[in-house]
Amino acid sequence: MHQLELKNITKTFGSVVANNNVSLTLDQGEILSLLGENGCGKTTLMNMIAGIYYPDSGSILINGEEVSIHSPIDAFKYGIGMIHQHFKLVDVFSATENIVLGYKDQEKFNIKKAAAKVKEIADKYGFIIDPRKKIYDMSVSEKQTVEIVKVLYRGANILILDEPTAVLTPQETKKLFDVLRKMKEDGKSIIIITHKLNEVMEISDRVAVLRKGEYIGSVNSKETTESQLTEMMVGKKIELNIERTEPKGCVDRLIVNNLTTIKEDGLLGVDHVSFTARSGEILGIAGIAGSGQKELLEAIAGLAKIKEGSLDYIEPHSGEWVDLCSKNPRQIRDLGVRLAFVPEDRLGMGLVGNMDLVDNVMLRSYEKGRPVILDRKTPGKLTDQIVKDLEVVTDSVHTPVRRLSGGNVQKVLVGREIASVPKVLMAAYPVRGLDINSSYLIYNLLNKEKETGSAVIFVGEDLDVLLALSDRLLVLNGGKVTGIVDARTVTKEEVGLLMTKTVESTVEE
Amino acid sequence: MVEFFFQAIGIAVIFLLGCVGETLTEKSGHLNLGIPGIMCVGAAGGILGVVVANNANGFLSILLAVIFAAVFAAIAGGIYAFLTVTLRCNQNVTGLALTIFGNGFSSVFINNIIKIEGDSGHGAMLSEAGNKFFLAHLPFSDLLGWFGKIFLGHGVLIYVAIAIAVVAAIVLRFTRIGLNLRAVGESPATADAAGINVTAYKYSFILIGSAIAGLGGMLYVMQLMHGIVGAELAGTVEGIGWLCVALVIFTLWKPALAILGSFIFGALYIFPSFLNVFFPDATFTFAQLKLFPLIPYVATIIVLVVTSIIGNKENQAPAALGLSYFREDR
Repeated sequence: MHQLELKNITKTFGSVVANNNVSLTLDQGEILSLLGENGCGKTTLMNMIAGIYYPDSGSILINGEEVSIHSPIDAFKYGIGMIHQHFKLVDVFSATENIVLGYKDQEKFNIKKAAAKVKEIADKYGFIIDPRKKIYDMSVSEKQTVEIVKVLYRGANILILDEPTAVLTPQETKKLFDVLRKMKEDGKSIIIITHKLNEVMEISDRVAVLRKGEYIGSVNSKETTESQLTEMMVGKKIELNIERTEPKGCVDRLIVNNLTTIKEDGLLGVDHVSFTARSGEILGIAGIAGSGQKELLEAIAGLAKIKEGSLDYIEPHSGEWVDLCSKNPRQIRDLGVRLAFVPEDRLGMGLVGNMDLVDNVMLRSYEKGRPVILDRKTPGKLTDQIVKDLEVVTDSVHTPVRRLSGGNVQKVLVGREIASVPKVLMAAYPVRGLDINSSYLIYNLLNKEKETGSAVIFVGEDLDVLLALSDRLLVLNGGKVTGIVDARTVTKEEVGLLMTKTVESTVEE
Repeated sequence: MVEFFFQAIGIAVIFLLGCVGETLTEKSGHLNLGIPGIMCVGAAGGILGVVVANNANGFLSILLAVIFAAVFAAIAGGIYAFLTVTLRCNQNVTGLALTIFGNGFSSVFINNIIKIEGDSGHGAMLSEAGNKFFLAHLPFSDLLGWFGKIFLGHGVLIYVAIAIAVVAAIVLRFTRIGLNLRAVGESPATADAAGINVTAYKYSFILIGSAIAGLGGMLYVMQLMHGIVGAELAGTVEGIGWLCVALVIFTLWKPALAILGSFIFGALYIFPSFLNVFFPDATFTFAQLKLFPLIPYVATIIVLVVTSIIGNKENQAPAALGLSYFREDR
């Protein structure tokens, strides 16, 4: 009998199938790794065990008994606790206050007693925690500790950790793994979501692999290799019918050398990244989400703090080198370096939801034209053109952008950047959430840009698309370049390995 | 001097009730700018309660005044809660609208009660109730000199008000309910994930907070004004209500501090009337006199500036104050 068993779980969001007929087991005292690419449904699956989502069909069994988990409270009742990637903690509360929040034991509310119990749990498993310390004074790893103790405090026997190491330093990761091993000895069962293969091999007893919402299989960690896991994770290459012309007249356009940036929280965004983008070709950027793609593009667009390294743009006509590090975002844009970034919520960056299409197009050109009274005619014509060319479905060009469907919003966003005839076009996740037809429309647009001699940088999520569309492929992992490969000849497995490969301090060119 | 402190306490408890009510509401993440209007509605309710009790006996008069004031105010708070919690309207707009509504409602309502059933009957009844019941104090307090007058010479509701503030402070600080409430105001998503019923907490504390503030409005008429209903009643109560909102910031969202803070505000509020006591020889121009009521607001701004510079997160407004909570956003 398994401690936890999932049978034929299916979950859909609208028309998107997040999990399709997934079956999975977890035994007592076992550490199971759940491995898979972004968007393969790992977190969704775990959220169903933790009571955040409810499966459309299928059943969850605990110790052989079928249960229905409607809320996190239900999950706790069955001894299931999940540590989410985004911590759910109240900043001005102490560790103990956060741990007891919402927990109803039979005893009288006594924060001192609770703190003593927290200390006891921490000592048992080797956590280092100060029960009275406020969350806002804590480091990320301390916050994570609070989350784990919170779950243990409520007597969880099954712990689910969603990418716990993504925010940790190697030393902190080692400490976390020591704690996990102690929990395992204590009879707790643990599911850990990750896509770092070396960690999978190090910590887990068994690995279950998901791909595109489907359960591929599980193997014992001792009997598998990294390359076997990669193959399970990325699957066989799928042939896509995307036209790819041979790059013509390639000249260096953007030269990035040893670029290192710092994010707002003081961590490194990208770490000594070097590459060259050439006109007339598409440079794909692959990597697991949050590997530094956004940070890299923002650095080029002048939106990030550059710690070291250089960014040089080569003028197409004069061949002159322009140092982009010393330019502000508008000067960079005026040089013809354009960024079309589609964030997760699709609107947040780039478009103003309450303004209509024309106004949004004008955002890129308002400083041109008449000095005081805005010229709306020229952008209006341009908007009509974008709407016609890209088949944007909208009542009129005066509809607020937020009323457009996601795909149409993206067409406006990408179309606006392309309309400015960029020399370097950076498109990040331009097909996020789009249906097949719209996606192909965007791919063709990017191809057309490439043929007209732009240097296109394309950040994508789907490896098959990246392989079919790009000429060269740059792979990022943890802010570092793990390889630049020829997209025509490389295999999917090779890219998969690069995506999960951990690079030590220096990068080979 | 004794009279000054006596009166300062009399007005301070009105500030205290308004402030504690608003603090409890804000702790649930809702900035209720309708509190001034809710206090007006509470005053109207209190008057109706006294009229219904018909001066039969003092206990009944006070009890009905309290119940009617609390229920009236809670109903007004319920309008606010429904609009901001369930319909997720903008809290500032809703609150301001409620204040305008409360002011107008209480004027119409009070005038109708007093006038409809005879020309002067109810006015006299109210002032009799105010003097006889609401101001009734311990008989021996008169024998204890200034101490008795300042600390024991008040009507029973003054002590109830202070007790409410003490209870609110204890609940917020030391109980599970208080912890949950603070979590709701700081981070509703976290509270939700921890299994706390966010909507129930928001509704409960908006209603409780409104009821407490409503008592403040009632106290103004029946205690401070001795039951005499003036034409400018709603305007004055609204003005006091705005000071209560400022007092919440002044006392750093802490009901225990509010006991002290409300006394300071009360003293500042009546200070202009005691100028001839403090400065027997000085004369003030009309314009100078008008400057004194500004002092509480200036003090509040100074507190805001100082706490912002110190930047201690515990002395700030609840993090989710003013934000509607959508569960789907998680």
